[in-house]
Amino acid sequence: MNALLLERDGTLAYTAGAVVADDAVDVATREDATAAVRGTFSLSGVSVAYGRDRVIEGVGMEIPARSVTALIGPSGCGKSTLLRCLNRMNDEIGNVHVDGRITLDGADIMGKAMDPVELRMRVGQVFQRPNPFPMSIYDNIAYGPRTQGIRRKSELDLLVEESLRGAALWDEVKKSLKKHAFELSGGQQQRLCIARALATKPEVILMDEPASALDPISTQQIEDTIAELKDSVTIVIVTHNMQQAARISNQTAFMLRESLEEPAHLVEMGDTKKMFTNPDDSRTESYITGRFG
Amino acid sequence: MSGMSRTRRARRSEAVARAVTGLAAVSVVSVALFVLAYIVYHGIGAIDWTFLTDVPRDRGREGGILPVIVGTLWVVATTAGLTLPIGILAGIYLSEYAPRTFTTRAIRLAITNMAGVPSIVYGLFGLAAFVLLAGFGRSIIASALTLTCMTLPVVITATEEALRQIPQDLRQASLALGATRLRTIYKVVLPAAAPGIITGSILGLARAAGETAPILFTGAVFQMRKLPDGLSSRFMSLPYHIYAQVTSVPGWSPTLVWGTALVLVAGVSVVSVVAALWRSAQRRRVKW
Repeated sequence: MNALLLERDGTLAYTAGAVVADDAVDVATREDATAAVRGTFSLSGVSVAYGRDRVIEGVGMEIPARSVTALIGPSGCGKSTLLRCLNRMNDEIGNVHVDGRITLDGADIMGKAMDPVELRMRVGQVFQRPNPFPMSIYDNIAYGPRTQGIRRKSELDLLVEESLRGAALWDEVKKSLKKHAFELSGGQQQRLCIARALATKPEVILMDEPASALDPISTQQIEDTIAELKDSVTIVIVTHNMQQAARISNQTAFMLRESLEEPAHLVEMGDTKKMFTNPDDSRTESYITGRFG
Repeated sequence: MSGMSRTRRARRSEAVARAVTGLAAVSVVSVALFVLAYIVYHGIGAIDWTFLTDVPRDRGREGGILPVIVGTLWVVATTAGLTLPIGILAGIYLSEYAPRTFTTRAIRLAITNMAGVPSIVYGLFGLAAFVLLAGFGRSIIASALTLTCMTLPVVITATEEALRQIPQDLRQASLALGATRLRTIYKVVLPAAAPGIITGSILGLARAAGETAPILFTGAVFQMRKLPDGLSSRFMSLPYHIYAQVTSVPGWSPTLVWGTALVLVAGVSVVSVVAALWRSAQRRRVKW
């Protein structure tokens, strides 16, 4: 997986580095190349413990940029916990200990050098239940940019529009940006939350079962939005819904906690098509075909 | 067990439960209304321009209660100025920052105990600590500090409770957007909890406004011809004025005393009603 990535994106990035030195290739290529690697996660030996309870052990995976990676597995297998490692939201829970190495575009995100606040502007999150702030649609979207210190109204207006378009909500709310966010339907609220996450211009968006509280039509809209977004951001999604994982993801990682006495681990990860048609591990096949979980 | 079916029995006990609980609720409302009506009935006769703008004359048997009203306002305002910042900040600490340690549990226990201390004990404590030890003398500031000790637990608890009502989801959303804990608190959590915090604070301050015991030894006086001119002034106060009239003025005027009580109750009610209206206006917009 790693080698493959390096072939696809790494060579480009390497070329980009050379360009800066001799200034031979045009700017567009250079920007393309640097942008292409933004949002790549690399995990090795990641273990998580809640107090004494070791919940995840030894997870290693490569999450390529600009694609959808699905984390699947039965309830309690540590999918959401692993997801929260990627933006260090586990820090906020207390009594959680994360070990191993996680890098985002080559930079260690667990080290002292990485400010979790800055990390979270690059790695956004959408939660299971829509959780808009009790304020207007506009202020919800502008919250992140304002946190970054953006005050100019014209700039905020632009970001709000871009983000709402990105989350496929603009046409429904463009005339009522001052409306309270709680007046939106559940599906609209969740797309508002996606837009809110987009507004900080993240490289990655983490989604923790973003459609599990929504009706089928809203779920469809969220899935369409994800399909649109993957051209510009990396998406890591936790889902219980096997069909959803098959429909929307490029890679799938299957996690399993085989008993409460032992921590969860990564069973296998691979191309979604392969995982759903011809997985290497028999446990993956059993889970996907609905024999447990 | 005989002829009556299960559903009929269930329905009957449902009706009894409704009647018993309803009766209890109605009796509470009746007592409240009766007290209010009684005070209005006896006190309304005293309320006129002179009563509200004149000083007490003939030891309070005649004249008005202007210095009494103004003194109460001074003490309550000073108490609010001391209690609200400390109480709200402490509530924020307990809800948002405090680790689950022995120290935190000790702080909570101390607050609960503070709430249970009788007000006369606070009065004695205020006399010892603020009037004598700190050297404030009998003054508005000494009384306000004493009332602050009494009111703080109410405000802290109300703040903590109001903050706990705010779904964890909202904090997570803010943190995940790269906001610091501090920004999350003042931009998202506090505004959402404001109605609860304000209600609790007003309740606490209303109680402080009506207390006699804490101010008895710490600054309230029986008679003052001029209005207080600073925090070191002594002061007259509505609850103490009522107490002093009834206990130490032979031939006290019931009408004027009921009038004084009416002014106190009306003042507290107006503030509570305004707060309740504001809160329901907020709630119409915000629901989880």
